[in-house]
Amino acid sequence: MEKIKVGIIGPGNIGSDLMYKVMKSKHLEMKLMAGIVESEGLKRAADLGIETSLAGVEAVAGDPEIKIVFDATSAKAHLHNAPILKAAGKIVMDMTPAAVGSYVVPCVNLDNLSDADNFNMVTCGGQATIPIAYAINRVADSEYTEIVAAISSKSAGPGTRANIDEFTQTTKKALEVLGGADRAKAIIILNPAEPPIMMTNTIYSIVKNPDTKKIIESVNDIVREVQSYVPGYKLRVPPVIEGNKVTVIVQVEGAGDFLPVYSGNLDIINQAAVAVAEKIAAKMLNKAG
Amino acid sequence: MEKKRIHIVDTTLRDGSHAVSHSFTVDQVTEVVKGLDNVGVSLIEVSHGDGLAGSSVNYGFSKTDEMELIKAAGKVIKNSKLTVLLLPGIGTIEDLEQAKENGAQAVRVATHVTEADIGIQHIKYAKSIDMMAVGFLMMTHMASPKKIVEQAKIFVDCGADYINLADSAGYMLPDDVRARVSALREAIDIPIGFHAHNNLSLAVANSIAAVTEGATYLDATCRGLGAGAGNAQNEVLCAVLERLGYDTGIDLYGIMDVAEEVVEPLMQRPQVINTASLMLGYAGVYSSFLLHTYKASEHFNLNPRDILVELGKRKMVGGQEDMIIDVAFQLSQQGQH
Repeated sequence: MEKIKVGIIGPGNIGSDLMYKVMKSKHLEMKLMAGIVESEGLKRAADLGIETSLAGVEAVAGDPEIKIVFDATSAKAHLHNAPILKAAGKIVMDMTPAAVGSYVVPCVNLDNLSDADNFNMVTCGGQATIPIAYAINRVADSEYTEIVAAISSKSAGPGTRANIDEFTQTTKKALEVLGGADRAKAIIILNPAEPPIMMTNTIYSIVKNPDTKKIIESVNDIVREVQSYVPGYKLRVPPVIEGNKVTVIVQVEGAGDFLPVYSGNLDIINQAAVAVAEKIAAKMLNKAG
Repeated sequence: MEKKRIHIVDTTLRDGSHAVSHSFTVDQVTEVVKGLDNVGVSLIEVSHGDGLAGSSVNYGFSKTDEMELIKAAGKVIKNSKLTVLLLPGIGTIEDLEQAKENGAQAVRVATHVTEADIGIQHIKYAKSIDMMAVGFLMMTHMASPKKIVEQAKIFVDCGADYINLADSAGYMLPDDVRARVSALREAIDIPIGFHAHNNLSLAVANSIAAVTEGATYLDATCRGLGAGAGNAQNEVLCAVLERLGYDTGIDLYGIMDVAEEVVEPLMQRPQVINTASLMLGYAGVYSSFLLHTYKASEHFNLNPRDILVELGKRKMVGGQEDMIIDVAFQLSQQGQH
């Protein structure tokens, strides 16, 4: 069966895990892994028989066979890469917090973004909590939504650590834009416990219509939808409703494609990006066929 | 011989905020700051209990916007340094900028004891806008002296003015404090501070242990007002330090009067060591979990002690108040009433 060819920029942990996910996909085919310096990640790709390059964004932009690009570099690098990729006609999954394109959470707004060429994947905490925030808001009308994302210290890379404010600010904004709350707040906690904790996310929402039955149904529906692209997504504490406050806790266990299962935070953002890419690829294949 | 100077950092209006469920008003802050400033406290900390932007469902909403409180403090402070607390992951540089506009002169950047690198950007930013910046390691009972040295050096390297070690769970015994402060004293050249909790009735003893190993900044609160069983009681600590021959720069009768006449009337419950706060110290649980645990135990019909023990087992860190609900829910499912 014909597949859509993919390039990845940034052969770090995120890029490597994406590569394994793309290799499992029924619509996507790994074409090129690009970095800017020799690295473990590039060697890993080469060992798997995948073409590699040290020319970074230029290599990906210059390959006409590549239709979809995952940019797993940094916000700063993506600001540089985005116009180059756009000019080359590529569809881009932006894994950084640069937010050049629209925020996307597959089960929330992917269907509304059919013409976009740059998809911002928000943050790991955003991918884990916005579906729940959205599910609560659609039946109960959220005035305020707040999330606490707890991740294991081992799964927080140097980029996250150096720019932790970016996490709180980007997640907050996306909770408002996609989650639908009038106001939102995001908190992130790093926990060094051994063995490492699974990513755990608490969603609190202050709502106008605290209808218990509707909230539970809506949350259960969205959890099933997220599970269709993130199998390790699980409701730990189903909606607890006290007055107009709703509390939900979800856990994300990673798929273990390249990263350990406790890195559910890295897994969910990658699974979401691949889900978006697969949908676009399916559409491209449909048109071509 | 000149007496050794110990700087008292009064955090009644920050850690004490937990004990009043973040309900401080502009008038209360104005009066407490006036009193503390007048008697010679070196640094006065004003923030939500969980630091800037801590006002939330998870930690409790501030009754009065903390920026209003900081501004009120800034208006009356003359000699002390107005200080704020910032926990990266909760507060941001934007919040710090706003605090500075409202009069904050120093910031303490607090991270879990193993995660100092998430505070580098905040320390560097504070120094770039001419603020005093303190690297603050929380839950230090959970790490070895060696690990603490490694993490403190991250703060030293990015420009921190002193390093504060917090016994956030009120778990340490005096020898635990000595081991950590002395290891740090040998490894770094900047001053060291200590933040005690009184869950095992050792807050003053542990503070003195820190001073004998070379700490020169001590956190304290009037009447001990603070999370869990509270902090080192400022007026008591000052009396003990004076007896030991240290110079705190504080008028002892003055701080006693501030505690009795200004702080005590605004307290909502006596600052005592009851079973639950004793359990915090015994099980090594973050002190500000206390009042949230009471709420969850009521909702899920559980004994607070069972919730606290499980939180300790799971090695929850500061800021994970949401896990109280998780633990309470799981326990209620097991029928452990």
